[in-house]
Amino acid sequence: MGPPVAGLRRSAILPAHPVVAYRSMAREGSSPSAPLREAAEADLLARLRAGDEKAFEELVRLLGGRLLAVARRFLPEEEDARDAVQDAFLSAFRGLARFEGQARLSTWLHRIVVNACLLKLRSRRRRPEEPIDGLLPEFLADGHYALPAVAWRNDVIAALERDELRALVREALERLPGSHRLVLLLRDIEGLDTTETAQALGISPANVKVRVHRARQALRTLLDARFREEEP
Amino acid sequence: MTCREFVDFLMAYLDGELRGEGRRRFDHHLERCPPCVAYLDTYRTTIELVQTICGHPDDPIPADVPEDLVAAVLAAREAPRS
Repeated sequence: MGPPVAGLRRSAILPAHPVVAYRSMAREGSSPSAPLREAAEADLLARLRAGDEKAFEELVRLLGGRLLAVARRFLPEEEDARDAVQDAFLSAFRGLARFEGQARLSTWLHRIVVNACLLKLRSRRRRPEEPIDGLLPEFLADGHYALPAVAWRNDVIAALERDELRALVREALERLPGSHRLVLLLRDIEGLDTTETAQALGISPANVKVRVHRARQALRTLLDARFREEEP
Repeated sequence: MTCREFVDFLMAYLDGELRGEGRRRFDHHLERCPPCVAYLDTYRTTIELVQTICGHPDDPIPADVPEDLVAAVLAAREAPRS
């Protein structure tokens, strides 16, 4: 498990009504089942608002698995991830009157679960993190690489069909220091922009940029040995 | 521009924030430095890998929510708020 994340500010919560679709939700939206799911969500929303008691359980069954997967990215401990999903559903149910229907119900819940994860991380005591510097590229005094970068195989993305390589990328993500992994999750996976990420974490936009750049570089380093082109 | 400076400016370049003389120096370096071409490509691929992995259909995303989680959510909803 990665270290807990420091630097979260209590007042810095993502807006309750998202104006941006999360990148991960956008990917979901391109799946063949998306129109069906959208119709199911619209029906559920109408029934929830009408006070249909069964609709809440159906909502949990429809979206719970995917929201749990989101929570697991932020909270490696399973119990924490489940707590965050539970908190998110309860928060959504209580706040249903405020949901204006501009976004899909799943997008709204996605944001609520991310908020729940941030709150949970915020409650953790800050612990020292492993420094990220050892995963950044090294340079000689003249500014050249100590170890020049080389190209990766051109089938890296296709190779992700293999379980082993997906696990490799996930493990690399988990090896990042918590504060860097969190910024990477929000910016590169959840699709928040720099300002939104800064607001969510209570840090400056400049700090977000530094952390996400370092996180990407560190991940690149961790994956480099596996994905380099074979030497001739 | 050195390779170290190239890497420093990489994110600004990808975000479209590198303009004017800085952008010209960046492009000039990129045209002449194969290791930086490789670094830029692999940096981009790293971002793509992470985004792909988190949306992969075979990722361990449960098709159905665990029953005990459904039960816990429903029970918590019934419980009086503290």
